[in-house]
Amino acid sequence: MTETVIPHPENDEPIVFTQAMLDWLPWLAPPAEDALTERQRAGLVDPARSKSAYFRLLARDPDILGARTRTDKDIFYNTSSGLPRAERELAAAATSRYNGCIYCASVHSRFAATFSKRTADVQRLLDTGVSADLGERWNAIVAASVALAATPIAFSAEHVTRLRSAGLDDGEIVDTINGAAFFNWANRLMLSLGEPTSAPR
Amino acid sequence: MNDPDTIDLLAGLAPGSPLAAIRDRKPVTRQNAQASYRALFEPADQGDVTSQERFALAMFVAGLHAQNEIAAFYAAGLAQTEPTDAFTAAIAAEIASGRTSGPYGAYPPGPLSVEDVPGPIYRVAAASRAALGVRVSAALAHVHLLVFHPRDANPMALQALLDAGWSNTDIVTLSQLVAFLAFQIRTVAGLRVLSATPA
Repeated sequence: MTETVIPHPENDEPIVFTQAMLDWLPWLAPPAEDALTERQRAGLVDPARSKSAYFRLLARDPDILGARTRTDKDIFYNTSSGLPRAERELAAAATSRYNGCIYCASVHSRFAATFSKRTADVQRLLDTGVSADLGERWNAIVAASVALAATPIAFSAEHVTRLRSAGLDDGEIVDTINGAAFFNWANRLMLSLGEPTSAPR
Repeated sequence: MNDPDTIDLLAGLAPGSPLAAIRDRKPVTRQNAQASYRALFEPADQGDVTSQERFALAMFVAGLHAQNEIAAFYAAGLAQTEPTDAFTAAIAAEIASGRTSGPYGAYPPGPLSVEDVPGPIYRVAAASRAALGVRVSAALAHVHLLVFHPRDANPMALQALLDAGWSNTDIVTLSQLVAFLAFQIRTVAGLRVLSATPA
């Protein structure tokens, strides 16, 4: 069987950053839900993810998907110590805004808004971009995330000092680094294996 | 598992150092970052993406990030696969010619178009292509896109990989490898800076 990409010429692609729910269309064929092997199901970690074309496509290489998913969940959901969830999501949203991932930014701006209750500030990050003034503590987290996303990496002692001045201890700074760094992984997969769509199916 | 932790190793964090101790508070994150490394570079099932391809692409990714120590780590992995001298030299030459600054790229036409940032379209040099072959050469072009301007990605970029002999599943592996390294390299760089910045 010759494999070929799947274009979506009729797609109503979102053209602005938004907190609205989006869907995502793969450019390569994911395995069908009922064709997933045991290893692929194990790689999905969360059985509900078999509904998602994105996660089914990644299940083509199940071991890295499983490790990626567990890394993701612990960086964002393990709040036993360290940075509040809202600010981890802010790092994810800022990274996605800077790299240009409209889909990732939509998901994580919603989470940032939900956990912080600062929906308008989050919307300003989406509308204005990473230079939006969100108050010093959030500005410091956004600036650190952006510097880390640049290639070559621009994260420096000044960013650490600014985060400390904004009240973050070193454990919280490590959480910021992890959350921001992780979205450089997530953004690249989302941006390069398919495209967002405004029309949830 | 007695594996040395790759992020600690690359960031220069000794066991028991303050930042290693902070990382120890989140063992699931630590263990799965390492499991991700192993899944890509010591896979139980490597499928059709060879060890030589994996380490060569990793050396290229780290080199494009101007992270020489990390590039040397993956170059050592590449050397274990016994590449020809011409192959390794070609990867090094492509790092030198591929370096630029990112992220750049274009948005879908609309209000965000004012934020479009122009940047180079990288092509593998003819001399390198001869040493690397069609398959690795196509991969380097895709890696450069993912590292520096992922928002320019499009289905035709994936078709170019299919045309060069990468299957759907190989492309998922290749994409995970580059994207994982974008995370690993930033985690290492961030920890190094934090470790070197006294409170």
